[in-house]
Amino acid sequence: MKRSNIVAPVAAVLLAAPAAAQAHLVNSGLGPFYDGALHLLLSPGDLLGLVAAALLAGLRGARAGRLTVTALTISWLLAGMIGMRLPVTPDLTWLSVLSFLILGVLVAFDTRLSPLAVAALGALYGALHGLLNGSALAAMRAAPSALLGSVLTVLVIALLTAAAVVPVRVLWARVAVRVAGSWIVAVGMLMLGWLAQGVA
Amino acid sequence: MKVERCLHPGRVLLATLVLASVWPLLAWGHVESGQAGGFLSGLSHPVSGLDHVIAMVAVGLWGAQLGMPALWVLPVAFPMMMAFGGMLGLVGIPLPGVEAGIAVSAVVLGALVLGQVRLPLVAAVGVVALFAVFHGHAHGTELTPGQNAMLYSLGFVIATGLLHATGIATGLINRWDLGRQALRGAGALVMVGGLYFLWSAVR
Repeated sequence: MKRSNIVAPVAAVLLAAPAAAQAHLVNSGLGPFYDGALHLLLSPGDLLGLVAAALLAGLRGARAGRLTVTALTISWLLAGMIGMRLPVTPDLTWLSVLSFLILGVLVAFDTRLSPLAVAALGALYGALHGLLNGSALAAMRAAPSALLGSVLTVLVIALLTAAAVVPVRVLWARVAVRVAGSWIVAVGMLMLGWLAQGVA
Repeated sequence: MKVERCLHPGRVLLATLVLASVWPLLAWGHVESGQAGGFLSGLSHPVSGLDHVIAMVAVGLWGAQLGMPALWVLPVAFPMMMAFGGMLGLVGIPLPGVEAGIAVSAVVLGALVLGQVRLPLVAAVGVVALFAVFHGHAHGTELTPGQNAMLYSLGFVIATGLLHATGIATGLINRWDLGRQALRGAGALVMVGGLYFLWSAVR
């Protein structure tokens, strides 16, 4: 076979060869910052624990609220930056579900923890989910501003949720917060079941 | 002669390359799908079975009759125990007589509302928690393939909680004499409904 006979088809094939499409961020159409924010808003697993941590902080008062929101946001940002640089490859979905389940239990039982302990739990949650989110963003080859978008969304949600709960003194309203905690626990337990079954 | 021409190395190579170029690869990039469907499916599931609905509402009615703290302890305990039952079902631990258990829950809860039975808080929580396991085992595990498990679970839990809230809100009529009688009548209806479902389950 002449050399010239094979070059053309090989070149054509190389040009036509399909490449695997990489996973990508949900496109908000407003740039990577908002794509990152949207990524978080469309991740119910992250949101449940975030809300649970903020509810717990709110139940424990203003100081716990301030400390937790600060610690959670900073740890989320730092761990997110680490995740973007050194992505975590093992599947940590179990740990993620367990983390929001535990926070839900603490809310449902209105556990009397010190503000520092609540802030430490918030920081742990932020570190875990920041790392996972950063790794996910790295896998999607997202720009660093996507991480910034998701962290600022974390800050806004945690701040508003904790601030809404801190002034609550009426019994029925505090009960509503605890019921929300029990719902988070219930979702966590069902998720553990789904994970054991290999569905989730 | 024709076969030899077909098996010419150049043609084989060309055919292989063409085949490789059109070989479909797994596409990883995708648009999020099934998310809202999972949530709506979970949200609608508890209200699609009347046996589940009447028992959930009865929990709220009974809580309203018992007053504080049962009024809020029961709706807090129920979802957690229901999810525990769902988890048992998902990990493959069988629970005998699930359908009958759900029907019995409606019968017992209806009877408790009808009789205005005031159990100690621990006993009341125990009764509700026991039945919650049956409800979770039967209903919490029915995820449509392709849907998001977390959003399904979230929708399922929220719908169940809202059914409790409906029962509690209805049970507030307990503060008036006429309302108290109406509430007992509602308990009787739940009990009759439960008996019907029990009969359907065991026949």
